[in-house]
Amino acid sequence: MSTPDFAKHGLLISPIENGTVIDHIKSGEALNVLRILGITGTTDKSLSIATNVQSSISEKKDIVKISNMELSKDDVNKIALIAPNATINIIRNYCVIEKIGVKIPDLLMGVIICSNPGCISNSNEPIDSKFEVVDGNLHCLYCDNIISSDIANHII
Amino acid sequence: MRHIISIKDFGRDEIDALLEKAAKIQKLGSYKRTLEGKLVALLFFEPSTRTRMSFTSALARLGGDPITVDSVEGSSISKGETLADTVRVVSSYVDAIVLRHPKEGAALLASEFASVPVINAGDGAGQHPSQTLLDLFTIKENMPLDGIDVGLLGDLRYGRTAHSLSYALSNYDVRLHTIAPKSLEMPAGHMSELKKRGVEVIEHQGLEEVINDLDVLYATRIQRERFPDSASYSRVANTYRITPDTLKDVRENLILLHPLPRAGEISPEVDALPYAKYFRQAQNGIPVRMAMLEEVML
Ligand SMILES: [Zn+2]
Repeated sequence: MSTPDFAKHGLLISPIENGTVIDHIKSGEALNVLRILGITGTTDKSLSIATNVQSSISEKKDIVKISNMELSKDDVNKIALIAPNATINIIRNYCVIEKIGVKIPDLLMGVIICSNPGCISNSNEPIDSKFEVVDGNLHCLYCDNIISSDIANHII
Repeated sequence: MRHIISIKDFGRDEIDALLEKAAKIQKLGSYKRTLEGKLVALLFFEPSTRTRMSFTSALARLGGDPITVDSVEGSSISKGETLADTVRVVSSYVDAIVLRHPKEGAALLASEFASVPVINAGDGAGQHPSQTLLDLFTIKENMPLDGIDVGLLGDLRYGRTAHSLSYALSNYDVRLHTIAPKSLEMPAGHMSELKKRGVEVIEHQGLEEVINDLDVLYATRIQRERFPDSASYSRVANTYRITPDTLKDVRENLILLHPLPRAGEISPEVDALPYAKYFRQAQNGIPVRMAMLEEVML
């Protein structure tokens, strides 16, 4: 009999009844994923976080499980920016009912804060920021500013 | 509805068509009052007397009338009203809006909320398409836009006129020479964008090493406030001082352009030489802006 998974991982993360499992997060990005989902230390959600887990796909990965929360399309888009290989499993009654691969969209509306303080999207106007994704860089369609590093810190 | 927001929205054919329209207008003068009865709001959220006068003059020559806001301070516009609301309201008064604004991207935002065409008359350090079109117009008045060597001199880091012109020229077969001190070189992002568009860009620091190989020298102002102290400013400012002596071995057809105002880059003795085209360039703003106004309103 082969060793069951939970034994190998020492029950690192227990299964959840309902909610979302975000797997294959680039190691070290788990806390950023939580931040962009708006989950802070005072959350009442039941969370499991595993970091630097051995993975067959990449060297090491992070895993986040959130009970009783299903991610929206917007949330998935944001995660794609910092964890392009992540997979999102929606769990109901202990079963994976949907498996979503993340994909960085061509256009990001209201997801990124422009790093140019002179950009009109940073003033009190009734607009969403608008970024085009080109070669992994983010191009502000209002001011032409390009964000190429530290993308996690520009996510709203 | 046609807006004019950024020179990047224009392909070569569109640029050529607008320049041809401007040339026709210039030849015939204000021959017909094509915009008779049309009202245009000149919304200037930051002062720019020349640009405003140039648009006002262009409009008047086409028979249209301007509505201007003399001072944005003290008007409801500065009382916390959003630009989006302002252009929505103003749209119902006029047939087009000419906008000058200190924030980058303001013109694009305005075009998203306005129900009339918007012409960008400069937004922050962003776009200023009428300047670029009149720069191109002036070059074209003197030589074809293909097969030429163009030098861009001065503050290429912050200078939006040089960025915008270089972008527009990437539609043509030109060789670009950037001439700037180390601290004011063209931003890497802009440089790679030009190269991606297939433009040959050659970087220089000294003007003397390249000036005799140019057909166009586009000089821009170096702003004193970009430098840590006045000594380092004057070192650079003096390097790029163009005098009759600087021009003694240049190509016969060289033209010297400058978006003006100048701050010592070109000495006044140069004004009388045939190379000096910067005042003509300013004058060309009228037919070019007439063409732009007709383009969006007719
Ligand atoms: Zn921006």
